[in-house]
Amino acid sequence: MISVTNLKKRYGDFTAVKDISFDVKKGEIFGFLGPNGAGKTSTINMMIGLSRPTVGEIKIDGIDVRKETKKAQAIMGIVPDESNLYNEMDGFENLCFCAALYGMRKEERELKAGQLLEIFKLKEAGKRPFKAYSKGMRRKLTIAAALIHSPKVLFLDEPTTGIDVESSRQIREMILGLKQQGTTVFLTTHYIEEAERLCDRIAFIAAGQIVASGTVSELMDSISYNHTVHFATDKIAESEDVVLELQNRFKDSKVELRPDNSLLMISEERIPLLPLMKFLKDRGIEVYEARELRPSLEDVFVELTGIESSILKKDRDKGGR
Amino acid sequence: MKNGIAFWNILKKDIKNYYLKPPNISWGIIFPLSWTLIQLIRSPGGKILELLPGLISTSVLFGTTSMLAVTITFERSGRSFERLLLAPISLNMMVLAKIAGTILFGIFNAFVPVIFASFFIELDTVNWGIALIAVFMIAITSSLMGLLIAVSVEQVFEAQTLSNFFRFPMLFLCGLFVPISSLPIFLRPISYCLPLTYGADILSGAIVGVNTMSPTLCFGMLAAFAIGLFMISRHNISRKWIL
Repeated sequence: MISVTNLKKRYGDFTAVKDISFDVKKGEIFGFLGPNGAGKTSTINMMIGLSRPTVGEIKIDGIDVRKETKKAQAIMGIVPDESNLYNEMDGFENLCFCAALYGMRKEERELKAGQLLEIFKLKEAGKRPFKAYSKGMRRKLTIAAALIHSPKVLFLDEPTTGIDVESSRQIREMILGLKQQGTTVFLTTHYIEEAERLCDRIAFIAAGQIVASGTVSELMDSISYNHTVHFATDKIAESEDVVLELQNRFKDSKVELRPDNSLLMISEERIPLLPLMKFLKDRGIEVYEARELRPSLEDVFVELTGIESSILKKDRDKGGR
Repeated sequence: MKNGIAFWNILKKDIKNYYLKPPNISWGIIFPLSWTLIQLIRSPGGKILELLPGLISTSVLFGTTSMLAVTITFERSGRSFERLLLAPISLNMMVLAKIAGTILFGIFNAFVPVIFASFFIELDTVNWGIALIAVFMIAITSSLMGLLIAVSVEQVFEAQTLSNFFRFPMLFLCGLFVPISSLPIFLRPISYCLPLTYGADILSGAIVGVNTMSPTLCFGMLAAFAIGLFMISRHNISRKWIL
């Protein structure tokens, strides 16, 4: 549905996007994850026709965005990083106006506007001017406006940044609902959890380049990590001898004792559970839980991009701009 | 058809959101009225009919240039203007829709001094057909100048400042208050580079019956200015706003 090939964007001497290529399949949610200044908005702006690529090709549903920008825009729904509807107009009027920009007739746009206000739980607010909306409501109405013409592809630039938890949850549910209806979604975010929860595939972008891309499990597998198993027991903290014995018995593994009566076994190879549990059981120690600890997507992001996750968090606290 | 729906709705939105707002209606009435009163007080013995072309031109010029420059700059600062750039309508259609509201506002402005004058003098001798076309053409060129200003600035106050930078010299160079033939010789070529010179001359012919240039030439020049300004504005929008 989306095909981006060798895309570059230069502003004078500064290169915002450096030769990126990726594809997004029909009905897929594809996420761009990266800190501020990574090139996310520059890329999305080129894809929606608000900025011209210095080099490269963008195709949306087979339409060349550079050559047939307006034709491509007709099948896109666009949610910019700021809610940019008209303050003077109420919610219903805003939706009807956006529908008119796509050439929808009066009856059709009024019907669709009413339906969207209901879906987004904004029916009452629909009569109030946009300037009186809360941040979350503004975001929801902006997304509703992008959906008014039933686009094939939805572009969301930081959809949940700076809004309340409840509105964020509703927006995420709505995005998943759109996927089920077959809409292709391209979103940018610096919320790692959001990308992990929503996206079928994620691309890590840093300094204008795609550092890695794939499904969450593909990204996880792309870094080498030690296998770690966490054992919750009843009394291992009291048995230092047992820990020494363990280290002698399982020489390939590193053993870490935790004060909460739990134990970490770390090894380059997969750790078989049964011998270890039997070993502990024979020494009168009960194991309540054994769980493999895998690296989080955040760990993978840090490992692959070299960017500390605290930078993403800082961006988030700034309100995502 | 789809372009038509978009055009009509952009125009309707602008009229409702900007031009029909009480501050703008009052500006549209008070400004031309003030100019009319200033001129009448300045020359109490002067003929109202002779003042009318200048008053109409001034009202249209001031009404249109600032309105379009300010509304577009305002929409750009709130990023709602991006919606229009991202809509599947041609840039030409979008520009036409944006200036259409301003042209109507300019025509409304033009008739304030006319209505005021009608209380004092008979206007039977005025060639209304020609006057209306002239007002329309002045409104188009002035709106497009407003658009050109909007493309050149980032903030609303800059739009106001830049508008005045163009408007006031234009008023004094277009032959409305000082005949072009009385201007210093080095200023005269500038006068002929201003669209208002031609609009004011047509109005003078239609209202007072005195032309200094052929009306055909004046209409031709206004049309040329309108096409030129449209092309430059369109090019600048495409170059500056679609980076």
